[in-house]
Amino acid sequence: MEQLLQSYLPILVFLGVATVLAGVFIALSLLAGASRPDAEKLSPYECGFEAFSDARKKFDVRFYLVAILFIIFDLEVAFLFPWAISLGTIGEYGFWSMMGFLGVLTIGFIYEWNKGALEWE
Amino acid sequence: MVEFLFYIFAGLMVLSAIVVVTARNPVHSVLWLIVAFLNASGVFMLAGAEFLALILAIVYVGAVAVLFLFVVMMLDVDFEQLRGNFKKNLPAGVALGILLMVELVMLSLSWRVVPAVTTASSSDTGVTNTEALGRVLYTDYIVAFQGAGLVLLVAMIGAIVLTLRKRDGVRKQNIGVQVGRKISETLEIRSVKSGEGIS
Amino acid sequence: MDIANLLSFGLNTLLPILAGVLLISIPLMISVAYLTLAERKVIAAMQLRKGPNIVGPFGLFQPFADAIKMITKETIVPSGANRLLFMLAPMMTFILAMVAWAVIPVGLDFNGNPLVLADINLGILYLFAVSSLGVYGIIVAGWASNSTYAFLGALRSAAQMVSYEVSIGFIIVTVVLLNGSMNLTDIVNAQKDYWNALLLFPMFILFFISALAETNRSPFDLPEGESEIVAGYFVEYSSMSFGLFFLGEYANMILMSAMTVLLFLGGWLPPLDIAAFHAIPALIWFLFKVAMVLFCFLWVRATMPRYRYDQLMRLGWKVFLPLSLAMVVLTAAYVVYGR
Repeated sequence: MEQLLQSYLPILVFLGVATVLAGVFIALSLLAGASRPDAEKLSPYECGFEAFSDARKKFDVRFYLVAILFIIFDLEVAFLFPWAISLGTIGEYGFWSMMGFLGVLTIGFIYEWNKGALEWE
Repeated sequence: MVEFLFYIFAGLMVLSAIVVVTARNPVHSVLWLIVAFLNASGVFMLAGAEFLALILAIVYVGAVAVLFLFVVMMLDVDFEQLRGNFKKNLPAGVALGILLMVELVMLSLSWRVVPAVTTASSSDTGVTNTEALGRVLYTDYIVAFQGAGLVLLVAMIGAIVLTLRKRDGVRKQNIGVQVGRKISETLEIRSVKSGEGIS
Repeated sequence: MDIANLLSFGLNTLLPILAGVLLISIPLMISVAYLTLAERKVIAAMQLRKGPNIVGPFGLFQPFADAIKMITKETIVPSGANRLLFMLAPMMTFILAMVAWAVIPVGLDFNGNPLVLADINLGILYLFAVSSLGVYGIIVAGWASNSTYAFLGALRSAAQMVSYEVSIGFIIVTVVLLNGSMNLTDIVNAQKDYWNALLLFPMFILFFISALAETNRSPFDLPEGESEIVAGYFVEYSSMSFGLFFLGEYANMILMSAMTVLLFLGGWLPPLDIAAFHAIPALIWFLFKVAMVLFCFLWVRATMPRYRYDQLMRLGWKVFLPLSLAMVVLTAAYVVYGR
């Protein structure tokens, strides 16, 4: 247990160091760089005209669909990892158990393919 | 040391959870939710559940919260107006909260831990907890596992039924047709006499 | 825990770790600096130009000149932006790109132990987790800038990274299946006889292409497609906040090359089991292979035209996903029945 946590400790330290480093870079540029803001400089880039509206507007629902499908397949991958590790132990039974699981999801995949959910218009 | 880290992670988790609820801007809420998830992952890690900790980061932070962000960024609604409905929906929210609380308490009272679980997952046996999980999940708990597959299938179909809209008049690329084109169908070679041109 | 205990913990445990962190992060940042130079030089050579050659011999001091320029430029935060998140986004990208390196074994020390900071059981899963968090820097940047182009670029980029992450996940599963471990050192050692690139050749190719997509490199660089949406999610960035994005992106490139090498090209193992090859230190082999993969990244950029967005999504979901899933099934069948 202790050993397990010790092996993860460097990651925590690394996280700290990287954060400090990023902060230092930003601080350095804030200190060393000039700061002469004016209204035109601070306006968002828009090919030479004033922005018509707030940039954060509605976008295509497809991005939303992609995100949902991603969650589902990500979960599938999450289920695959412990299986991949222990396949030597659980053998044939474990293999066919996973094939059933993947089969069900493949049906879903074929459904979305046929429905055209994977097509980008 | 472990206790110290636990209080840091748990404290940050609770704090960020509070900010999630109280933040004015929904995008900030989601970002604080991510902080809460990451701290929860730290707590899992301290409990020795390394696989769960990383999967929490992958699935909840890397996927679910991305969806939340998309949705929150996509909703073009006036959040101040939504806030006005707060009082109206308060009773329903409180009722739901109490219901969840009761369920959690009931669950924690009736929770039975199979003795084999504690021995299988301890790292003293030389089996990592990912492998211990894999040894039981796909065989002993096959019904629950296949059930999870079905839930995912339903989620997939549901998402498509709810969000898929066909747009008319879209010209799509058909790669098969493009690649299958022959020279004879698209190109014609003619010899042109000078001064005459092609009619 | 009393003071003396804390002090000894600090001296005996934290200090070596801190030294290790610096030993990884400083060479990493120098490599990133020189990767930018290498990119310009390589592409220049492929286009019969000279590339940077003014600052120092062969332009070798160019990265430092770039760094100084970047730091001394003005930091501009657009008026409609969310200041805090705007500054936080590049930091997130940079931090994630750095933190992933904690688990990469770069070679062997004199006793034959792996040179790695955090030798965790689930190294590859950790890398997968960190790369799945990489989207946030981009989404947050696009949203916080409050600029149309930044927002569009961020959306595109997020959907793209997310699509290719699925197939990267499946590809990693095939490697884990074949090598029976998620520890990166074990994965490398399991390739003693045959590199995974031989047994899983299609997966090796798919992984390389997905790595291009995951790091938003050409030919999948349309989130930042200069010619259509100016620079995508970082249009509004300047000075070092832009620099952090840049550093993070190139560090991610090196990371993806390192992952390709560890997963498929036998890590620090020499290509043939000959004494002459073993005389070369493991670290050199590892760095050499990483440099070769990186060269391929640059080579692709100089050669390939950019994909269109619908083609990109089609490739990810309709080609890579089914292929890698089928390969998972095949590999598993081989593991259970084949040996």
